[in-house]
Amino acid sequence: MAVDTAPTRPVEAPARPASRFTGFLRERGLLLLGIAFIIVYCLAPFYWMIVSSLKANPLLDQSLFPTSPTMTNYKEVFSSDNNFQYALRNSVIIAGTTTILALFIGVFSAYALARLQFRAKKVVLGAVLATAMFPLIALLTPLFQLFSRLGWIDTYPPMIISNISFTLPLAIYVLTSFFSEMPWELEMAAKVDGATPGQAFRKVIVPLAAPGVFTAAIIVFIAAWNEFLIAFTMTQTLAAEPVTVAIAKFTGASEFEQPFGTIMAAGVLVTIPLVIVVLIFQRRIVSGLTAGGVKG
Amino acid sequence: MATETVRPGRVRRRPGPVQTSEGQRAEARLAFYLLIPTGIVLAVIIAYPVIRAIWLSLNSDARFGTSEFVGLDNYIRAFTGTGAEAFWSAFVFTTQLTIVTVVLELVIGFAMALIMNKAFTGRGLVRAAVLVPWAIPTAVAAKLWEWNFTPDGIVNQVFRTDILWTASHWSSFWAIVVADVWKTAPFIALLVLAGLQIIPSEVYEAAKVDGATALQSFRRITLPLVKSAVVVAVLFRMLDVLRIFDLPFILTNGANQTETLSTLSYKESIQQLHPGYGSALSTITFVYIILAAFLVNSLARADVVKAQGGR
Amino acid sequence: MPRRLGKFVIIGAIVAVVLSACGGPDEGGGGGGAQGTGPITFVAGKDTSGKYPAVIKKWNDAHPDQQVKLLELPEAADAQRSAFVTNLQAKSDTYDVMGIDVVWTAEFAKSGWLLALDESQFPLDQMLKPAVDTGRFEGKLWAMSYDTNGGLLFYRKDVLDKAGKQPPKTFDELKALCPLAQQNNMDCYAGQFAKYEGLTVNFAEAVQAAGGELMTDNGTKAALGGPAVQGLSFLADGFKNGTMPKPAITYKEEEGRRAFMSGELLFLRNWPYVYTLASESDPANKVKGKFDVVPLPGFTGAGSSSLGGLNLAVSAFSKKQQSAVEFLKLASTQEQMKAMSIASGEPPAWADLYQDPEMVEKFPYLPALKEGLLAAKPRPVTPYYQEVTSAIQEDAYAALQGQKAPDQAINDMTQKLNQIATQGG
Repeated sequence: MAVDTAPTRPVEAPARPASRFTGFLRERGLLLLGIAFIIVYCLAPFYWMIVSSLKANPLLDQSLFPTSPTMTNYKEVFSSDNNFQYALRNSVIIAGTTTILALFIGVFSAYALARLQFRAKKVVLGAVLATAMFPLIALLTPLFQLFSRLGWIDTYPPMIISNISFTLPLAIYVLTSFFSEMPWELEMAAKVDGATPGQAFRKVIVPLAAPGVFTAAIIVFIAAWNEFLIAFTMTQTLAAEPVTVAIAKFTGASEFEQPFGTIMAAGVLVTIPLVIVVLIFQRRIVSGLTAGGVKG
Repeated sequence: MATETVRPGRVRRRPGPVQTSEGQRAEARLAFYLLIPTGIVLAVIIAYPVIRAIWLSLNSDARFGTSEFVGLDNYIRAFTGTGAEAFWSAFVFTTQLTIVTVVLELVIGFAMALIMNKAFTGRGLVRAAVLVPWAIPTAVAAKLWEWNFTPDGIVNQVFRTDILWTASHWSSFWAIVVADVWKTAPFIALLVLAGLQIIPSEVYEAAKVDGATALQSFRRITLPLVKSAVVVAVLFRMLDVLRIFDLPFILTNGANQTETLSTLSYKESIQQLHPGYGSALSTITFVYIILAAFLVNSLARADVVKAQGGR
Repeated sequence: MPRRLGKFVIIGAIVAVVLSACGGPDEGGGGGGAQGTGPITFVAGKDTSGKYPAVIKKWNDAHPDQQVKLLELPEAADAQRSAFVTNLQAKSDTYDVMGIDVVWTAEFAKSGWLLALDESQFPLDQMLKPAVDTGRFEGKLWAMSYDTNGGLLFYRKDVLDKAGKQPPKTFDELKALCPLAQQNNMDCYAGQFAKYEGLTVNFAEAVQAAGGELMTDNGTKAALGGPAVQGLSFLADGFKNGTMPKPAITYKEEEGRRAFMSGELLFLRNWPYVYTLASESDPANKVKGKFDVVPLPGFTGAGSSSLGGLNLAVSAFSKKQQSAVEFLKLASTQEQMKAMSIASGEPPAWADLYQDPEMVEKFPYLPALKEGLLAAKPRPVTPYYQEVTSAIQEDAYAALQGQKAPDQAINDMTQKLNQIATQGG
């Protein structure tokens, strides 16, 4: 299968085994270096978070390794002062619902934008992008007044709806770009090969679309998970507060004390399950891609 | 056909023979129905407050009296009037921040994606590690970096430096850059990785058979095929950094001319209760972002045109 | 058709506007006098030290049909203010009793967000006068002083005792003791100097130490002048001549506390909360049992603290203002203030409690604090406080960094403050 780039050149004689081996080693070495870089880059500050969360007094004790690790901060997170479990519940519901709905709406829109022809396509894309451009600060007060009149303060809908609108542009763009790149002709090819429309969809389209949809899903979920301003404005109690607001309300024994240890503990508690869940989903969907196989 | 799947650039439907207007209308109608939900959500949540904010920006801020319509006064104040010094300082700072962070994130994120795309044992764990910075709630990350950059914080400890990070302009700049790049390079890595995964390995093998070096493969195959993913990533990161609020607010509170367009707008709108002027600042930011996005988009499209023409 | 899509977007926007403009319960304005009884909501910054349970329980037991519910806000003052402003601007009736920072009284009152209180119903003469004054604006009482706060000078008693020295009463005495710090491998003095509200507090205290004040004429004119230059010069020079360690320019309350408790500082200006924490047994705490407090030093005599603290107010839009006022009356009794203070360590507004033996035993810093509080001055009482503090921070920070000469900084500050204070409305 020829590649339409460099003009065809005569096949070179295979390189001598010795240099191929050192070339292989060099490549592997670089790869290892790269992996080490990634691990350190991503995890060093996280390590510091974990270590700080295990210290009784992280403000004073700046040692790199906890000399006497303690779980007091974690206990404090779930104590009756903080009741973090409710915040976790709220976050999961809000972010989860946002992701499902945003993906649902987004997939339809992206399909229209990627596969259908209509005159206003550029305008629509531009308009969708434009809605993602306005600074959030300016939107807070009118939104608060709107939801206040509807009596929705301290409930889930304001955050879900707002999160959907903030993440929708990005989801649509990601999905549209993936749907444009997808070789839709393969579906036709599969049907020509004798597959039913249902089979063609399941065995060809779904695995092809999976990485794009999955990527969009993670992005939306994490964006909704991280959202603070809207949640802070629209909630008042743990009936609806997500973790971002709950963490902002962590306090020490006085207004000036910063409970660094508790905040770090909450951060760790919030991050690890998220990463695990995303990993599980990623494995199952990405394996679908390689199993289906992208035929050349 | 086979070759179409590996042609670089977006797969476009070639305009064939003119479709019947009936077919066109049916397609347009379907598109319309598919786009309705998006339209409603965005209209209610975004369009309405934006219109209201723009209306506010055209009125004066009488804190305890009545405000009146003053047209573009607030904008003039920002550009050349009493607010000019603060505004332009924030404008320049935000722009510098955006360029540096997006470039750094792109380079680091892209490198991470390339590495993660290779098969090796433990790849799943590396992917997990990459997710971590991005998954940490922004509020927690901001507090973490605030602490890391104190004079006796971990950064000075590990690198054996004595820098007062938040006490001067450029050290604050780099502190914000480091904190932001750390947190969101994974976002770019993820997008680029998904783009890379669509490229079948047979393409690279064929190229190798044809004698292409790694660098040539990268330039001629990888780059064009992930272009759209990269453009989306860069575009949205740019939008985000131009509106950056949390990190500068928590790390420096705008000291040493580290005010960004959003922190300035927040201080005017919410702290000083000047909704008119604050909204004007937000609207200016909005227009600036539109122009920047337009610029990026044209640059990206220009390349696509060249690539197709160059074949 | 794209045109139809556009129309749809416009329809959607109109729907949103209509939805937000009508429907929903009508906002009740705060008419004259307190009306309405029923369950009330008490909104304040989150406090896990146990400040409120006592008064809440007592109220709920006595008023089963007017139960009070506590709504908590983040501990950061700025976030609290955001929440109050958003709700009050929307004239929401959700908040009944509010715990507001002492510097917000004038602003909230002038915005029409607070219910004016009847002074005769509250035992104001039993409370520290400066604290009570933080709730006053334009001749009326808008908020009840609940807990108050003032600055203290923390010092290393062990180091001073070993050298046979007394704690300083003036800044000159303090500077004279700085060589002791060097001898013991410490820095001399730190306060709160980062560019935030704490800087305004420290600056105000420096000005007051020189006998001056920030604003005068009921917050309509900048005072500053010579005392301000003296105060600011002391701070700015302090960074140049090593009285303050260079990192102190980034210090807020917690950074200074860390430095002091790690044994790096001889003197620290901070709030009383540090006392409790520095008395805790913790391997990382190097100063347990080795420190004490004195009132803030001045230039020619004793200094004057800036006032912190929390006031209780009633929302002008509350539908249960009568219950809210009654709740305020309960909270402002000696019994309740003592319970609040004992549980949380926050200094009460009630004057006699500073001599109460049980209190003094638990909080040995109370006598020193009372001395400071009686001489204390509130930060400028003006509805434009946010702008005022912003301007103060701007110029003071520039002077501390050495970017502006102190007298230039004070000049600029005076100009700005006068501008702010005389804007219309």
